[in-house]
Amino acid sequence: MTLRTYIISRILLTIPMIFILLTTVFLVMRVLPGDPVMLHFEKMENPEAMATMRIRLGLDKPLWAQYFDYVVGLFSGNLGLSMQDYSPVAQQIFSAFPATLELAICSMIIAVLIGVFLGVESSKAYNKPKDQLIRVFGIVTYAIPVFFLGMLLQIIFGVGLHWLPVGGRIYPSMEPRGLSIPLSVPPGGFITHFLLSSLAGLFLLGVYYFAMVKIKHKKFNRKDYIISLALFVTGWVLWAGIGWYCISNGGLRVATGLFTIDSLLEGNLYKFGLTVKYLFLPSLTLGLVLCGIFIRLTRSNMLETLRLDFVTAAKARGLRESTVTYGYALRNAFLPVLTMMGLQFAMLLGGAVLTETTFSWPGLGRYLVDRINFRDYTAIQGTVVVFGILVSIVSLVIDLLYAYLDPRIRL
Amino acid sequence: MLTLTQESACSVIRMQKLKIKKSMLAHLLPRLTSLTKRGLAGWLVILGAILVTAIIVMTALSPVISPYNPTTLNVGPRISPPSTQFPFGTDDLGRDMFSRVLSGGGIMLQVAILSVIVCLIIGVPLGLFSSYTGGVIDRFFSLIMDSVYAFPGLILAIAFALVLGRGVINMALSIAVVYIPSYFRIIRSQVLSIKETPYVEAANAAGAKKRTILSRYILPNAVPSIAVVATVNFADAILTAAGLTFLGIGMPANITDWGWDLFNGRNLLPSGAWWVITFPGLMIILLALGFTLMGEGLSELLSPKLEE
Repeated sequence: MTLRTYIISRILLTIPMIFILLTTVFLVMRVLPGDPVMLHFEKMENPEAMATMRIRLGLDKPLWAQYFDYVVGLFSGNLGLSMQDYSPVAQQIFSAFPATLELAICSMIIAVLIGVFLGVESSKAYNKPKDQLIRVFGIVTYAIPVFFLGMLLQIIFGVGLHWLPVGGRIYPSMEPRGLSIPLSVPPGGFITHFLLSSLAGLFLLGVYYFAMVKIKHKKFNRKDYIISLALFVTGWVLWAGIGWYCISNGGLRVATGLFTIDSLLEGNLYKFGLTVKYLFLPSLTLGLVLCGIFIRLTRSNMLETLRLDFVTAAKARGLRESTVTYGYALRNAFLPVLTMMGLQFAMLLGGAVLTETTFSWPGLGRYLVDRINFRDYTAIQGTVVVFGILVSIVSLVIDLLYAYLDPRIRL
Repeated sequence: MLTLTQESACSVIRMQKLKIKKSMLAHLLPRLTSLTKRGLAGWLVILGAILVTAIIVMTALSPVISPYNPTTLNVGPRISPPSTQFPFGTDDLGRDMFSRVLSGGGIMLQVAILSVIVCLIIGVPLGLFSSYTGGVIDRFFSLIMDSVYAFPGLILAIAFALVLGRGVINMALSIAVVYIPSYFRIIRSQVLSIKETPYVEAANAAGAKKRTILSRYILPNAVPSIAVVATVNFADAILTAAGLTFLGIGMPANITDWGWDLFNGRNLLPSGAWWVITFPGLMIILLALGFTLMGEGLSELLSPKLEE
């Protein structure tokens, strides 16, 4: 199987999986409960309000039509209206998403750092007390409820020591807004602007030339000329377009919604420190709970790798021990860790729901739990679908990356 | 000619059966009886079993040994820290935390046991049937199971628990839905490797029924891996049950449950009442740890590949 067939078949396999996911969620959230509208109102007898809601949400249609609306809506990024306030669910999810993404990335980084470090240490001290201790620590992390760990950390560092905030993302008035570049109309008018934009194309071209000739020491051939021409045109057109947008909107605003990055873009180090302070406990909690699997994986892979000849050869050449373990052996043992990152992403999102609830972190998980309290079935359905699609896309990307990095898959 | 092949097939089966019996006795029994001689893995299983048994006994005896009724309000001052009279303190309604910790595991254990039983009843036969039949049916079930497996477990359980409503059985069902694919997958991989072995082929040639082959030739070989999955499932079911209750959708309010105490204790955090969450939380960890240790040890004992 070539890499191309693998990629194509992997992508094709994702499509039915996503469809099964969509159908399952629809069955669970719309068909199984019988009548979500009735459940939303619980015991309140108000047939008129219920009828209005059914019509506004399109729940008066037959089930197959609802299913059709739901699938078609999903493809156009429409997740329906919330039962609570009739606002579009997709928009609410979109605004809550960066918080979850930031938490997920940070906790994954913490989990991998702790896990790989402890795994390497444990494999170096094979069967010594240090190894056993680390393994027991890894097993204990499997058994800790993430919200319990979160509350313990809150009590110790928040309530007890007052070092770190116990909840939220930042003070409401302190939200970083990212980078703002106010641009006025360029002095020479539109044509000068267009000509000046070609500089951006030249810049991209320069970068490519520098990378190829100066760093890779490669001679330019026909393919490179075509690529550089394409880069030049893309840079030109893009910059002209962005510039045009800025002129007509009076400024360019870059905000990712990830507060750490936004505060850096804004250039406000105080805000950055504050964001990190708020982010630290939730991501440490989630990271600690997830690190066990990485400890185990790194340990078992390192045990195999450390026995190989090239490690002995590196040692024999008199390289430092840290260079041998981290530079030589770990490089070879890291590929399974990468795959595990993809597999753990689903775990991570599940843990994020609990962590966000514990720390009042305004992300997707918190949104889901809030909506559960309101019995807002449309919003819950939308959030669950988004979680599912996210996981399938991440696992697809990780699998493809793995295939690219590990030639054995391609064969 | 036919009788001859049947005859020889039967003899092969007999031999293989003998071999299986012998190998099972020769390998499994010493492995499980002389646990202490098998290094860390054996001790892990013993330690896990002790933990789990201790907690089950504690929960079963709690009506007799707990100093107060865990649901009686105002047996002491509200939110009082641990003292000699109330070793684990009291909660915001003046209930004795020590009594609540003693009896709070009952529901969690029920949920975990029920969910494992449901998983075994559905996951194992489905896996056996689907993978032995093969073809379109197998692909269909595998695709569905893989989709469910890839889904974030807790979120799926939340969706099901929300729709099914509160209660022990509903919670067990929502957790079971999440873990059925694990059983399905492990059974499937086992069946696919055993299906091609000579003794199964011989049984086929002898005209054994599909059900017989599945239940008497294939299932016994899959039992060790099922045991490992089941212990992991127990631990996860406990954590998921605690999580669902913590989110307020698992069990009705005001029951004696460690997860509910954690949910309740979260509101008391600002007052610094660490004892309300710490002791129930530690009990959840110990119970889940017991099952995790058992699973960890078992998987190491039963798969020699992992041994160094």
